[in-house]
Amino acid sequence: MSGVDPGLLVSVLRRATARGATAADGFLVEDRHFSAMVRLGEVDTVTHSQDQRLSLRVFYGRATAAASSSDLSPASLERVVDEATALARITAEDEHAGLPDPAEVIERVPDLDLEDREAPALSPEEKIDIARRAEAAALASDPRISNSEGAESFDRRSHYVYAAAHGSGRVFAGDYATTSFGITCSPVAAQDGEMQRDSWYSMARKRAGLDDPASVGRTAAARALRRLGARKVKTTEVPVIFDPENAASLLRSVAAAASGPSLYRRASFLVERLGQRIAASGVTIVDDGLRPGALGSRPFDGEGLPTRRTALVEDGVLVTYLLDTYSARKLGLASTHHGTRDGAGVTVGTTNLMLLPGTASPDDLIASVDNGFYVTELIGFGVNGVTGDYSRGAVGLWIENGKLAYPVEEVTVAGNLLEMLLAIDGVASDLVLRDRTAAPTLKIAKMVVAGA
Amino acid sequence: MADLAVARPERFFADRFNVTPSLMERLLGSSLRGRVDDADVYLEYRINEELVLEEGTVKKASRHVSQGAGVRAQAGTRTGYAHTDDISIGNLEEAARQARSIADQSSASGILAVPGRRPHDLYALAEPPIVTELTRKVDLLRRVDRAAREADPRVKQVIASIGSEDVVMLIATAGGWTVGDVRPLARLNVTVIAEENGKREIGSYGGGGRVAFDFFLEQDRWRRFATEAARQATLKLGALDAPAGTMTVVLGPGWPGILLHEAIGHGLEGDFNRKGVSAFAGRMGQKVASELVTVIDDGTIPNRRGSLNVDDEGTPTGRTVLIEKGVLVGYMQDKLNARLMGAAPTGNGRRESYAYPAMPRMTNTFMLAGEDDPEDIIRSVKHGLYAVTFGGGQVDITSGKFVFSATEAYLIDDGRIGAPLKGATLIGNGPDALTRVSRVGRDLALDEGVGTCGKDGQSVPVGVGLPTIRIDGMTVGGSQV
Repeated sequence: MSGVDPGLLVSVLRRATARGATAADGFLVEDRHFSAMVRLGEVDTVTHSQDQRLSLRVFYGRATAAASSSDLSPASLERVVDEATALARITAEDEHAGLPDPAEVIERVPDLDLEDREAPALSPEEKIDIARRAEAAALASDPRISNSEGAESFDRRSHYVYAAAHGSGRVFAGDYATTSFGITCSPVAAQDGEMQRDSWYSMARKRAGLDDPASVGRTAAARALRRLGARKVKTTEVPVIFDPENAASLLRSVAAAASGPSLYRRASFLVERLGQRIAASGVTIVDDGLRPGALGSRPFDGEGLPTRRTALVEDGVLVTYLLDTYSARKLGLASTHHGTRDGAGVTVGTTNLMLLPGTASPDDLIASVDNGFYVTELIGFGVNGVTGDYSRGAVGLWIENGKLAYPVEEVTVAGNLLEMLLAIDGVASDLVLRDRTAAPTLKIAKMVVAGA
Repeated sequence: MADLAVARPERFFADRFNVTPSLMERLLGSSLRGRVDDADVYLEYRINEELVLEEGTVKKASRHVSQGAGVRAQAGTRTGYAHTDDISIGNLEEAARQARSIADQSSASGILAVPGRRPHDLYALAEPPIVTELTRKVDLLRRVDRAAREADPRVKQVIASIGSEDVVMLIATAGGWTVGDVRPLARLNVTVIAEENGKREIGSYGGGGRVAFDFFLEQDRWRRFATEAARQATLKLGALDAPAGTMTVVLGPGWPGILLHEAIGHGLEGDFNRKGVSAFAGRMGQKVASELVTVIDDGTIPNRRGSLNVDDEGTPTGRTVLIEKGVLVGYMQDKLNARLMGAAPTGNGRRESYAYPAMPRMTNTFMLAGEDDPEDIIRSVKHGLYAVTFGGGQVDITSGKFVFSATEAYLIDDGRIGAPLKGATLIGNGPDALTRVSRVGRDLALDEGVGTCGKDGQSVPVGVGLPTIRIDGMTVGGSQV
């Protein structure tokens, strides 16, 4: 890509230290994005974009502040430094604030194969055609697929530069580039006045890694079709199976509760659970930021610390928290290199978060249930990370005598995350890292399904 | 920074970026007009500031500047959009070329309407919140922290934040209409963690709007937000698990209006109806709610979080009746969907920022008051649920199914408010839920000014409002069978 000058970030850090900052770090991110949305065979929206942002964090002793700008003109960058300086004057001294130990910062940035250097240079028309093929396959797959919210084809190239100026005068700078490509498709199925929408997607770091657009479309259509004829069930307590996409959402909740900022605020159901059993045996959750070519991989974290593979839960036991430098110091622990930049500075984020597969097939899990619920979509925000209380709207299929019997909607599934994790009594073998967070099909022994 | 608030948007962009309305006009004229059905050039400059207090001290302070330009071209149902955060004439020309590329087969029709209304003047502030001194904001956060801790000894953590924003926008349309707006926004938020006997709970409260900093001092609002957050957290410490199943539900006034936002609001946005993918598509003129129900989307209420002088396509906002005495009478429209549906734009074309094209969105959505005494409504329920505060909600506009989660709810037993409940998620079907409204109170209230709505990955500030209402039969997704 055209490439903004990494020297720009270093010069901003130098200016900050010249203004009295004892340390400073920052990111310079440049992004080019293209997206084509097609609906019913016609182009709906085509978007081209080009963005850049410089974000800065300064330390004046133990006081810190952050500022950022998308305007990289010299006058604007000077203002960024001034504003961060002004803000740092009103923040309190905090003994735990500061950059990581310079000795820990990454020395050589590994190549994690995150950039597609061989991607063919497709024209906008060719990219539009990818979306068109996905949607056409969905529309052609069944006469009941009568409408569509569209199909999208997108690609993104990004360049990340991190730099830090430590009090010693030492300046570190490292950078890496990524690409990502994606196809999504959202068809609508209709029958007897009822409409159901569902969607499917494929994402990859390299264009060649994408699924065939037609198969994305056909999968999306099959997902919408199987929802037709949905009913509400009577309120009951039964085994609940989460499909991989929805099992992954449980993982996100676990990671949020295991993250440093939630813990030092005591706003987590995992407070004081380190080293304890928090899930059934057989449940192992790993965050692997080094997996080559994966969507969540990155060579270093938001504070320049080398990325790792971290086991979060091992055979049901919580073996570590997920920490950035600040939350680690607050908790008297060491950073696990999970610092992630956000608007206000640094917080904790995961990379490739996975629940490792078991040996049963998904069909084996379904076959083990006489009367239960197979969840294919969750909606709403009914997860309380402090208590683990869980109640979300759900769509799926009812299981009767070990088989998927009929579609279900307008129900909720409820329980408590900690109890749910401990009640996992089936982990299937179907883990596929389709996104940054992934899980295989999971079975939970009992949850409340509320309906009629 | 003070010049920002008073500068007219035209002068602001001319001075700062050398981009004048005549230049925008030329860009539209030379590369777009005649080849497309509509086009516009949108400029935006945004400053955000966030101060966060935690453990009694301000730990996080940040300030962000975003600027950018978006060029949009529309032909038939097609939209081409290009944006750049480097506002220069060269980049704008390139963006116009990219946006136009969708319009190659256009049969451009020609006449473009100019809005018949003047822009509103809903939130001119002597001192916008972004310019208020940092020390005053920090001092307020400290007082909030003390008030929340003094409210109850079980309060162990207080996280208080104050966010201020200022957006300057200028849009020039192919119809020859150029209009700008300066939009202040402020929000004070308080989150409390309470602890007792090893149990922990969370409570959150806040508010704001397109208001000056002093809004938080008036009527001791800051203190009320702090004590409310503490009250909710401590109340939940003793709450019972919510029941599961279908029951009568009474919603309190104000923020529970999120019901309208999810159950019908999204389903009445023009794009979903033009595409025929909304559960409300083709139901104009039909009865979709009880005759007690009249629902309005109004972007013209002074100083409200969801209000705008003009929307993000330059159309002055309006007051749109969506449901009148139970009958569906209106959709919310942006320009594209209005044109394609043969309707008028309603001033609901909104975008998160220059980085996105506009689409139909809500502003402030509420139900008109009825005649019932709120206490009578509760007394009328033998056994049910009374919900007064909610977290987020979500809807599947195609199937019409929606959920929203109560953060403060009680059992109703024999007409009396009983034990507090936790974990009550309500789920319903949009086209059906409002037909079950059997009582509407006279106590319409708008929310405190905290709503943010997400659609297709774009977030915009919105408001909701509701009087106390009774709904006969809603599914409560609790964990007690």
